[in-house]
This record gives sequence, C-alpha cells and structure tokens, in this order.
Amino acid sequence: MAAETMRPLHPVLAVVERYVLLYRRLWHASVFSSFLLPILFLISIGLGVGGYVGSIEGVDYLSWIVPGVLVSTAFQICIGESTYPVLGDFKWVRAYHAMRAAPIRPADIVHGHLIALILRVEVSVVAFLVVVLFFGGLHSPWALVTPLVCALLVASVVTPVTAFAASIESDSYFALLFRFVVIPATLFSGVFFPVEQLPVVIRAVAYASPVWHAVELCRAATLGREPTWPIAAHVGYLVLWAVVGLVLARRAFKRRLED
Amino acid sequence: MADQPLIHARGLVKRFGDFTAVAGIDLDVAPGEAFGFLGPNGAGKSSTMRMIGCVSTPTQGELRILGMDPVRDGTRIRARLGVCPQLDNLDPDLNVRENLTTYARYFGLSRAESRKRADELLEFVQLADRAEGKVEPLSGGMKRRLTIARAMVNDPDLVLLDEPTTGLDPQARHLVWERLFRLKQRGTTLVLTTHYMDEAEQLCDRLVVMDAGKIVAEGSPRSLIQTYSTAEVVELRFADGLDANADYAAKLDGIGERIDPLPDRILLYADDGDDAVSEVHRRGLAPASVLVRRSTLEDVFLQLTGRTLVD
Repeated sequence: MAAETMRPLHPVLAVVERYVLLYRRLWHASVFSSFLLPILFLISIGLGVGGYVGSIEGVDYLSWIVPGVLVSTAFQICIGESTYPVLGDFKWVRAYHAMRAAPIRPADIVHGHLIALILRVEVSVVAFLVVVLFFGGLHSPWALVTPLVCALLVASVVTPVTAFAASIESDSYFALLFRFVVIPATLFSGVFFPVEQLPVVIRAVAYASPVWHAVELCRAATLGREPTWPIAAHVGYLVLWAVVGLVLARRAFKRRLED
Repeated sequence: MADQPLIHARGLVKRFGDFTAVAGIDLDVAPGEAFGFLGPNGAGKSSTMRMIGCVSTPTQGELRILGMDPVRDGTRIRARLGVCPQLDNLDPDLNVRENLTTYARYFGLSRAESRKRADELLEFVQLADRAEGKVEPLSGGMKRRLTIARAMVNDPDLVLLDEPTTGLDPQARHLVWERLFRLKQRGTTLVLTTHYMDEAEQLCDRLVVMDAGKIVAEGSPRSLIQTYSTAEVVELRFADGLDANADYAAKLDGIGERIDPLPDRILLYADDGDDAVSEVHRRGLAPASVLVRRSTLEDVFLQLTGRTLVD
C-alpha cells in the first residue's frame, strides 16, 4: 500500500509547490517592494533626475536605467527571500526539518527554493516589463531575453546567499551581509550611472558583483546593442557564481539537516 | 516482511565528537508493536530516534529499518515512516488543511488523494472544524494532534513519536493518548520516547529504559515492575523531614524489601503496603502523611539508576 503512495511527483516540485502556496497567501505583502517601488523609482529618478541628465550613451536617461532598476529589483527579491525566510525555516518554523523527515533530501530543498524564487522573480520581471513598455523604455525585441538573464541572476545570487543563511545561527549576521555585500552591490553596479564614472578601485566592486553583469546583459538587450564585455564572459561569470553557490548551499543544507 | 522486525539494531552507537549520545544498544521492534524508550533528558532517546528516522548516521553498529539500510536507502525508508517531532514544525502561514496536503505532496500523493487523506485525518484527530483556520491560534494539544495527523498522511508502516505529550496540560495529554491508543488498536506500529512513566504505561506494549546512552532494562511495563520493584510502595512524609529522612530510614530498617530515602519523602517497597504501614505505626513512628500506592515505572527507574525521571 505504501508503494502506491510513492513517487508520482518529483520531491523538488513538492517543495516548489509549498513556496507557491505560501506566495499565493502572502503575495500582497510584497506588491509594494517588488512591483510598485521599482515603478516609483523609474518615475522619480528616471523622469526627475533624467530631466537634468538628458541623454546618456545616446539614449534618454529613463530608458538607460530601466534594465538597472529591473535587475536591482530582482536582486532585492533574491536577498529578501534567501535571508530571514531561509534561516526561519531552519530555526523557527523548522519547515526544512519537516521536509527532511519526509522523503525529501537537502539538495531537493535547495533546488526547490531556487526554482520557486525564479518563478517569483519572473512574475515581477514580466509585470515590470509590461509597464515599462508603456513608458517607451524598451528599444529592442531583445528585451524578451531579459527574463532569462534575470533567471540566471537569481541562480547566481540565491544560491550563495542561501548557503550563507543556512550556515549561521543568529540573524545578526545578516547585518554584515547587507552592509558589506548588498549595499555596495546595489550602489556600484551600473544601475543609475555607468561604472566607468567610478574610480578604478571601486569599479572592481562592480566587476565582482553579479548584479553588474546582469545589468550589462539586460541593458544590451533593452537598448539593442553590444554589452561592455563579450556576452559569454558576462554569462560565464554569472554561471560560475550559480555553480559555486549551488555546491555551497547543498553542502550547508546537508550539514544542518543531517548528522 | 511480516516476520522480520521493522527496527533491528545491534551495538548501535552515536557519537558527537567526544560525547557519546548512544553507547551501543540492541533492539528489535516487531510489526504492530507499541514500543517505548523511557528515560530522562539526555539519555540518548532522541539521538536513537533520529537514527531510526534516517536523518542521523550511526557512528557504529548495525541498523536496519523496514529491512533496509538507513544510510543507503534513507529516502525509501522515510517514504514509509511517519514522524512526529519533539518540537512542532507546522507551517504557520498555511492553514490547518494545507499543512496536511502540502506534507502529503512531499510523499508524492496526488492532489485529490492528499485532500482526501487530509480530511480523513482531520476527522480522526478531531480538528475537522478547524480545517480552514490558521495554525497559530490552535492550543498546544491541537497542534500536537495536527502534527500526529501529518505524520499519518502517507499511511506509514512505522510511526515515530518523540515526546508526544511533553509540554501539554493533563486534559490535552489524555486526548493525544486516546488518539494514539486508537492508532495502536488499528495495528499501527508506534515507537515513542517519553520521560513520563504514565505515558509509557498507557501506550507501550514493551519498552526499554535508557540511561546515559545505554539500555538498562527491557520488558513490558508490568514485567519491569515485577522484576525491579515490589507490588506496592508506601510513601511516608515526616513533619521534620528533609534533613531527618536518613535517620527515619534507619528506624524503618527491615520493613518491606527496600527503603529509599528521598529528600522530600521516604519510599518503602513492600508487596503489602498496609502491612508495612501497620509495622511503621507499631514502631511508634508518626509520619505526617502516608500514601500506599501501586508500583510504577518511576520506581523501576529509581531502582535502576538511583535517580528520578523528571528532575
């Protein structure tokens, strides 16, 4: 009898399903941060600051920052969903322990979390792109690949951050992550101005950040031009983060759920 | 399958660094049995349960669960286990029914089957009227019953319950026991840990007493009492007790089979409690209170380890 109940559904999909169910319950809480806020950014900075700046690299300022705001929003969602919620599912809710007692392996949980976040980010990305289309902020059909770039960004950010969240005991460590990783990555990743404006030393921060690489790829796509570095270099760098992050996250989950 | 034990362990050891949590235990649990680990906190019960639940790798020794190797076949074994952990881990953002359906999906049940199972189980644990409600407002006893229902979603061959009623008030405990007793009557194999001797007596066909990572006794509650204690126990409290109990114990010498002076009372082990009490009075002693009761597993534990179960 037990044999019949086994295996029609892949365990990773069961994990994804839980996240989707939670999102359906809690989505309204994130509408402001993941949808309205980026639009407000576009209006205030794109139109307001843009009125002074005029054009940049041959396009209007609003169009120039569209891919930046898009990627930085995706980045913020990744950070938000991979810090407190992950630590919480280990320490307070203990949802991961509940999964672990079922036939779900630590790696299944990591993969499910990643897939759920890609879906979650894509909802915001698509909604944002539709609005931006009406602002006249998309200049090339290549804009259609930006959801793919964002998916890659999610993989490159969510996996290492999840690994970090799974390795700490106290949420006070997140302050370090926000101060030394999230804020620099947001400020110096070519979201609102070209990183070439920065001193060379700080520019290195941008090159190290997955956010800059995703912004470059998305900007190339929405404006219909070549990115700063070869596409393969940008993509390869993001893939590297994703692969290393995945290895670390799987190891951290295994270590925390098994002894 | 019917003949082979669901749990088979020989020389099972679990070490964390220098600390030995489980120091070489042997056990066999047969299908349909209600089996208990009785012992104080830190005796190694939970570590043993985690190894049986295939989330902890044995350091040494042999362990087979449902005839399989927990290290190699952990996922296949867990598909057929139901686990009710010591700490509730229900999803506070999902409603009561969703907690069960989501969990059922982890075992690969179809959506329709998950829903059907959830409704049956909510009926079983008397929470059907809370199906659409949130988890947070449920009382401790209701949450525990929901966790037990969740452990049953996959119709498990073996249910593991770690301290199933710890932290519950007496009425809630009785409701949980009543449900577990029904599971037992249906022939579900239950393995539980407890540091409550009344829980072990209520639910277990057979149990092992654990202390410091070792099994110190094994048997049915009745046989353990027969072997390690007398039929009755007299509890004597003296008005000037506490410091004087050792002196009184000396004066009681020879009454019953054994005398145990505790800080707050003296235990007199005797097969006939009333006889023993008469003898106490005949010696001119006037205890402030006298209680004659049947022996319990608490007395067994005291006899085996020299310590009480709950500090």
